[in-house]
Amino acid sequence: MACPIFDTLRQQLVPVAGPATLSPGLLAFTLTPAELLPTVQRLKGEFGFDLFLDVTAVDWLGQEPRFEVVYHFYSTVHKVRVRLKTRVREDDPSVDSLVSLYGSAAFMERECHDMYGIVFRGNADLRPILLYEGFVGHPLRKDYPKQQEQPLVPYRS
Amino acid sequence: MNGKTIPIRADREPSSAFEYITTKKDELIGWARKFSLFPYPFVTACCAMEFMAVSSTPYDTDRFGAALPRFSPRQADLLMVVGTVTHKQAPILLKVYEQMCEPKWVMAFGVCATSGGFYQNYAAVAGIDRIIPVDIYVPGCPPRPEMVIDGIMQLQDKIARSSHPIITRDF
Repeated sequence: MACPIFDTLRQQLVPVAGPATLSPGLLAFTLTPAELLPTVQRLKGEFGFDLFLDVTAVDWLGQEPRFEVVYHFYSTVHKVRVRLKTRVREDDPSVDSLVSLYGSAAFMERECHDMYGIVFRGNADLRPILLYEGFVGHPLRKDYPKQQEQPLVPYRS
Repeated sequence: MNGKTIPIRADREPSSAFEYITTKKDELIGWARKFSLFPYPFVTACCAMEFMAVSSTPYDTDRFGAALPRFSPRQADLLMVVGTVTHKQAPILLKVYEQMCEPKWVMAFGVCATSGGFYQNYAAVAGIDRIIPVDIYVPGCPPRPEMVIDGIMQLQDKIARSSHPIITRDF
């Protein structure tokens, strides 16, 4: 897909944010956790990616670093998407929060913390949003037992 | 007065007259109750569409006296659990059930409420009968309106056949 903003992004961001690949309709960068926040600041401030679509994670069990945190941004100016991927280790699964840039990130980061246990530094409210208080573990991690239930009401015998 | 009193204590041998009256009383009350089911729709998921279809004009559960949904559990006597119940919702379902007055019946509407269906994971309760007693199961994903009507009619048969204590446990 010929898109001038993608060429600009490649020229400007590849030196700092690492290699970029072109997926259908979007440009994907793979970068380190330290580069995440500065890159997102530039994406929002300089290149007009003003809509934060989602943050989620992928659990590559057995690989190190284990988790891959995936961000999607959309530009209502250029009508294209950008994906950022960064890997974090199992013993310290933390990345910088984007709450300072996008208010909607607060809720999506809560969900990602629920499901994968990723800690977002700077997000003050990481209470369960889809799960409930008292739930132990993170159910979308690959090592969470598939059928393990944590009932709130005692079962009838 | 030396008239024969009706023994209503369980430790006495019931007389045949008492048996006769009890049976007729159960028949009468069962007949009355089976045509005045007031459902409380505990609607959580996509089966709600089917519930709307079955309770509106083309299938018309009003024919069975089970049309008028009551949105307060205190006014309802049929709890229709329509859709998936998650562990997070389970305390709410239990509270709604406990708020309903006797006599009360429960219908598990759809396969998720019946057995959890294809959900076997951290989130879904594998059948609401793990939490509350269920009288009638209507499986299906979603059930056809005919299945729901059949379930209501089977529940009516069950109500008509069961005993209906109104004064004591024995009467």
